[in-house]
Amino acid sequence: MSPLLGRHLLGVEDLDGREGIEAVMRLTDSFVEVSERAIPKVPALRGKTVAWLFYEDSTRTRLSFETAAKRLSADTMNFSVSSSSVKKGESLRDTARTIEAMGIDAIVVRHSSAGAPHRISGWVDAAVVNAGDGWHQHPTQALLDAYTIRQHLGSVEGHHIAIIGDIKHSRVARSDVAAFTTLGARVTLVAPPTLLPPSLEGWPVTVSHDLDAVLPTVDVAYLLRMQRERMTEALVPSLREYTATFGLTRRRAELLSPDALVMHPGPMNRGVEIAAEVADLPCSLILDQVRNGVAVRMAVLYLLLGAGADLVPPALDRTQEPEAVRA
Amino acid sequence: MPDPHSIVVKGGRVVDASGEREADVVVVDGRIAAVGADLSADRTLDAAGCFVAPGLVDLHSHLREPGKEEAETVETGARGAALGGYTAILAMPNTTPAIDCEAVVRQVLDLGRAAPCDVLTSGAITVGRAGEQLAPMAEMAALGVRVFTDDGAGVQDNLLMRRAMEYAVGLGVILAQHCEDDALCGGGHMHEGEWSARLGIPGQPAEAEELMVMRDIALARLTGCRIHFQHLSTARSVAMVRDALAAGLPVTAEATPHHLTLTDAACASYDPVFKVNPPLRTPADVEAVRAGLADGTIATIATDHAPHAPETKELPFDLAPPGMLGLETALALALTELDLSVQQVLAALSWNPARILGIDDVHGAVAEGRPANLCVIDPEHTWTVSGAAMASRSTNTPYEGREVRGKVRHTVLHGEPVVVAGEAQR
Repeated sequence: MSPLLGRHLLGVEDLDGREGIEAVMRLTDSFVEVSERAIPKVPALRGKTVAWLFYEDSTRTRLSFETAAKRLSADTMNFSVSSSSVKKGESLRDTARTIEAMGIDAIVVRHSSAGAPHRISGWVDAAVVNAGDGWHQHPTQALLDAYTIRQHLGSVEGHHIAIIGDIKHSRVARSDVAAFTTLGARVTLVAPPTLLPPSLEGWPVTVSHDLDAVLPTVDVAYLLRMQRERMTEALVPSLREYTATFGLTRRRAELLSPDALVMHPGPMNRGVEIAAEVADLPCSLILDQVRNGVAVRMAVLYLLLGAGADLVPPALDRTQEPEAVRA
Repeated sequence: MPDPHSIVVKGGRVVDASGEREADVVVVDGRIAAVGADLSADRTLDAAGCFVAPGLVDLHSHLREPGKEEAETVETGARGAALGGYTAILAMPNTTPAIDCEAVVRQVLDLGRAAPCDVLTSGAITVGRAGEQLAPMAEMAALGVRVFTDDGAGVQDNLLMRRAMEYAVGLGVILAQHCEDDALCGGGHMHEGEWSARLGIPGQPAEAEELMVMRDIALARLTGCRIHFQHLSTARSVAMVRDALAAGLPVTAEATPHHLTLTDAACASYDPVFKVNPPLRTPADVEAVRAGLADGTIATIATDHAPHAPETKELPFDLAPPGMLGLETALALALTELDLSVQQVLAALSWNPARILGIDDVHGAVAEGRPANLCVIDPEHTWTVSGAAMASRSTNTPYEGREVRGKVRHTVLHGEPVVVAGEAQR
């Protein structure tokens, strides 16, 4: 049984529930091991081509996917789409089919519009991976977050995770809520009502507007990026007030239990949602998240392009000669 | 001996506001010459097993001409209308340029003269539909424009709307409002609620519509102006209109086929064919709109036929324009999906809108001496909706692939069979 229900990864719900997510995490273990080798590269996806279709700037996510693909020996190409061509009314369908016509096996899509990868998946035969779509989802981020928590706490199940900040506009929050709760965690959303989704019907979470009350009870404090434009939208009066009420300040970090972890999807606004010195505390897993992101994305690309139904990765044998590793 | 140019619509069941009866209908010189048993004429249109109804009247058609002829023209829109059983449609003014002055009104009316359906046009309330300055309503009214609207947008400014309503009273015309408070909509692309939250699509709350319905009811009370509420979509909007009618205020309202049959859950496909303004709402809203139609609060089903060229719907949901086709599916959907009698369906699609528009002397009845504007409906004919098969230049029907029951067999426009056996004649 593949951990994936279909041939795309558009949202966390494309994974076969808890079993599916756990299977991806086990596979990720293998790729973490690969990443720690002197030559962190395997020929698993040799001959496969992965294209980046990024309608939105994203250095870190694209680099992470690109590193993952290269460590699997896939060929990669970058189809950068300027936002102006979107404004000119270029058909998303035309763009996707153009890329596919070049013989692409997987398209990794980042788009500022919710549902764009979903639409593309209906027009192409290639596998589509959602690398973040508007406010909707960012499934590989959720997988790497879950993996990082499991790495440090042994499991996600049974732990209390607070997701703090701009939930309303956050694709990370939507994917994390789905992944964490599917894995059996208790999730509390902490935000002012203006930064919560208009409805939480069907979300298995609790909500709090009081970060000080929540922090002593959590195993993980997951902070979201607070964007400056939210002030002009009258969602918060000022960044200063936001930091005072919902920022993980030095003082507030002391409310955390000694074993609690701090996470953030990046890029951080130091001094806004997280104090600089808190971001650098040993309990902060922000760089672990980045590191695990590569292995998780290797697992996802491998599942979509290499494994089929076979979950034991046969192609993780070491590449003997550096010459053979040419990407 | 039959008149050499006469037509008989034979073997059907005549239905209009006066009731139903088995009868043949003879048409001579563009008018209904006789309604009765065993009539004959030079040419026969078979209506066996069919309802012979007055032609349908749509208060809300976007014909896109001038300006967006790649999506629709007056001619193609009117042909689709005729195939859908319509003999009169009201063009909306959100063209490019807007229908906001004598010249553009004349252009649209001229284009409509050759069309297989009577084409009336609305005029904009404000210049360029920009919501800032009143359009020359008297100049347009002098050409026969009876309905003014900035449709596509509501008039946001309270004082300007008050002035427009006062001015309209002097002209004896109706204002029709697209009720949405732009600021509260805040860049939303679907109904704000459970589904928008889950899908990550920016939402627009029901209250954005309701605030403007509430305001316009207040202004109708203040000014005495007749106001027509376009495409009501929320339970509370329907309730407010019901109360306004009970209070004797001069309001009327329409609902679209899609707000009667689809919910916001359809947006989960991310297919912008389900994007429309006002947006598809919750099941409770759909139930309330249906109840409003059944109890007469909502007088008419209006299509909000809104063609968009295919490539404009091949975009992500938030980047695609709102709107869906309606003229060729409204009747079948009403017959298939709504728990209403044929008489109620036709009231909502024919004689009620004819009366609102003030054309009930020409459309909306089957009686001797009246202009012969008829549609012959086979209520048992089932068919599958296909955007590609439609007369429209666009294909954006949200009902693609749906099986529906009830099809227009013939449409007669001022005595001319413009649709015969389901085929457009011109």
